[in-house]
Amino acid sequence: MSKIPVEVKDKSSKKKTGGPAGTEAMVPIFVMGKRYEVPASLTIQKALEYAGYQLVRGCGCRGGICGACGTVYRFPGSYRIEVGLACQTVVEPDMYITQIPFFPANKAVYDIEKLEPTGSTVAALYPEIFKCVGCGTCTRSCPMDIDVMEYISRAIRGDVAGAAELSFDCVMCGLCSARCPAEEAQYNIGILCRRLYGRHIAPRAKHVNKVVDLIEKGKFQKGLEKLKRMKMAELKKIYNEREIEPDMAEEYWEPEDKTFIIVE
Amino acid sequence: MPYTPELKKLIKVVEKTRPKRVEQKRGGEEFPAMSLKEREDILKYHPDFKEAGRSEIKVGPSRGYRISNEIVSLLHAKSRVDPDQVELTRPDYETDVLVIGGGGAGTAAALMAREKKMKVLIATKLRHGDANTMMAEGGIQAATKSEKDSPYYHYLDVMGGGHFKNDPELVEILVNEAPKVMAWLDKLGSMFSKTEDGRLKTLHGGGTSRKRMHYAGDITGAEIMRTLRDEARNHAQDIKVLEFSPAVELILNDKGACAGAVLYNLETEEYILVKAKATILATGGSGRLHIQEFMTTNHYGATGDGLIMGYRAGIPLKFLHTVQYHPTGAVFPEQAEGLLITEKFRGAGANVVNIDGEQFVYEREPRDVEASAFIRECIERKKGIPTPTGKFGVWLDSPMIDHLKGEGYVRREFPGKWILFHRYGIDITREPMLVYPTLHYQNGGLAINNKGETGIPGLFAGGEVSGGVHGENRLMGNSLLDVTVFGRITGVTAADYVKSKYKDGKPTLEHVRKYHQELIEAGVNVNGRVSPMILPDYSNPDVRKRQLTTQYVGTLR
Repeated sequence: MSKIPVEVKDKSSKKKTGGPAGTEAMVPIFVMGKRYEVPASLTIQKALEYAGYQLVRGCGCRGGICGACGTVYRFPGSYRIEVGLACQTVVEPDMYITQIPFFPANKAVYDIEKLEPTGSTVAALYPEIFKCVGCGTCTRSCPMDIDVMEYISRAIRGDVAGAAELSFDCVMCGLCSARCPAEEAQYNIGILCRRLYGRHIAPRAKHVNKVVDLIEKGKFQKGLEKLKRMKMAELKKIYNEREIEPDMAEEYWEPEDKTFIIVE
Repeated sequence: MPYTPELKKLIKVVEKTRPKRVEQKRGGEEFPAMSLKEREDILKYHPDFKEAGRSEIKVGPSRGYRISNEIVSLLHAKSRVDPDQVELTRPDYETDVLVIGGGGAGTAAALMAREKKMKVLIATKLRHGDANTMMAEGGIQAATKSEKDSPYYHYLDVMGGGHFKNDPELVEILVNEAPKVMAWLDKLGSMFSKTEDGRLKTLHGGGTSRKRMHYAGDITGAEIMRTLRDEARNHAQDIKVLEFSPAVELILNDKGACAGAVLYNLETEEYILVKAKATILATGGSGRLHIQEFMTTNHYGATGDGLIMGYRAGIPLKFLHTVQYHPTGAVFPEQAEGLLITEKFRGAGANVVNIDGEQFVYEREPRDVEASAFIRECIERKKGIPTPTGKFGVWLDSPMIDHLKGEGYVRREFPGKWILFHRYGIDITREPMLVYPTLHYQNGGLAINNKGETGIPGLFAGGEVSGGVHGENRLMGNSLLDVTVFGRITGVTAADYVKSKYKDGKPTLEHVRKYHQELIEAGVNVNGRVSPMILPDYSNPDVRKRQLTTQYVGTLR
């Protein structure tokens, strides 16, 4: 089946495009079991719109990052359930499609400040984590190709940093949770681990606090006041002549003019 | 789909010039950046300068102002609600602070208002977190490295990027609050990219004089958004969220203060009244209006609703005559069209080249200048690369980066983009990306002061819906900063207002009646238009023709 799009206009990329041109190969898809013919080059999301849906649920950023459009599908004769984000997955002939725009999942409530970044913290907030049977369905259900089962096992083993890192690309669409026989809310466990890591394990960004302190003491204020009051011509001149940190400069590059920075 | 044989042949041309370009970059030799005069000259290729793209606003506080036709047509429209039909005295919800919009600015505002002991209600169009914040990739600017940078240089860069038109008071707040926001996000547990000693990694962005772009992989906005959302969910008692319930009109009271809003439940199609002591507009931008028919990077709900509601209530508009086109939107493959390719690629050293594999612009000019150079290269100089769908683009030479920074850098620092293109059969560590400007950001918006106050008591605005801080052109990394800085500030200001200035009054939609009257007096042919738009119309027009018994109000059934 040719997937080379030629004539069909991308309706989301332009306002009001008029009707479909109809010169492109069409494929049948089944939306919740009902058959529609759609152009072969469209994503599932655009195919739904082509079929006549105006999306409210199941559509968010349209760019593969917000997790609103988790979708499961299956082909006739195949036992396999496949997954994708509707905005990123191109239709294929005879797909049986349903979106899962929402799935109720357990979310623990916590004060991140007071937590210890350990496996027991995760286990206390999400005791069901031990119900994991290691079936790997979550990993197979992840449209972001995250090894979900692995980050859950890391969390069980107390490797919070590992769980944080492995779950980093999670868009929190909830498909893992929807299919988990142990009724876990993997993606909520993932963000807990990431926040534990970010708050308590990753080394603190001390230089930031130092600058905040300097700002609060008003150390840069004189320079700013000067700029704010400056005549336009002079401001432009200073802007034009400002020193630019070279692209390939080392981290601790030093500018020549140190008047408006603070070197210790 | 992978590159076509024709495009693969053209990629060979890029490969041919690459070794020399890598050598030059290593040696610190750059394509010359434009002078202010050259910048001014090239901007005539920018869509903002197309006079036919703009028209005059005929009513309201900024009448006479010429801005994009698409926004004007929504300003020249009637409210979705008939003021005579709404019974205002029996609100469905009462709250201290109503936050309209559940993106970065709204959520930051809610968190700060809660810290000040407020009960907060967030009303949002789609899900909590479905917002442009979630989609911002490249990073967030802040002068956190005092031995080479300071708010002074950040201020200069912001002003230069905005063509020196920015509101200095707003810029001052932006640059001074920036490091505080970084400290806040770090404390909330956002996973920013760091070196082993905890130092935040930073890169250049277009128009920056110091490397101050902090990032979390290439999903910085998503990392910030999901952290803030998680934190809000940890305070569900104090921060309630109404999803799929966009605001359609503000409610004022007889003392001229804002008293809440009328919401619309997108699922049950009923209108809901919220009475609030303070209201924060954090509705974001308007990319889904497809200004001048450009493709957009924006999320589904970015239809400029806050502009319309705020304007009807009497807040002037600022800097809306400029619209930001991100220089690098994907134009290939077709499924990815309009998708944002983060500026971080150029920050990391990728050149931009034409069909001959030649550089024609320094890759880190401010966005409007960079975008204009792409448009000139394709349209006037005819050196663009044709796509199979009949469009043009230029090459973003991502494979250079691994040559410069070591094998594996692109895979590690751009995981989101790598996997996306990998799915299409394109390896961005080996093949360049085809890009063209895409509608990205609403530079201007509702007028605010440095506390996020609008001219209307009890009404505050922050983030993309507001205008002034970015002047005529926003620099990369200053939008995530804008939403967090001004989101936080409006939260605090609104809480202070509730505590010390709030007075109850009789709710009214008189301003809507007046606005409708003004439309008639100005002779505007409303032609059945209603606004705000709420959602763009992407369903198949042929299907709509066959919906014989369906009635639409605007784009919605």
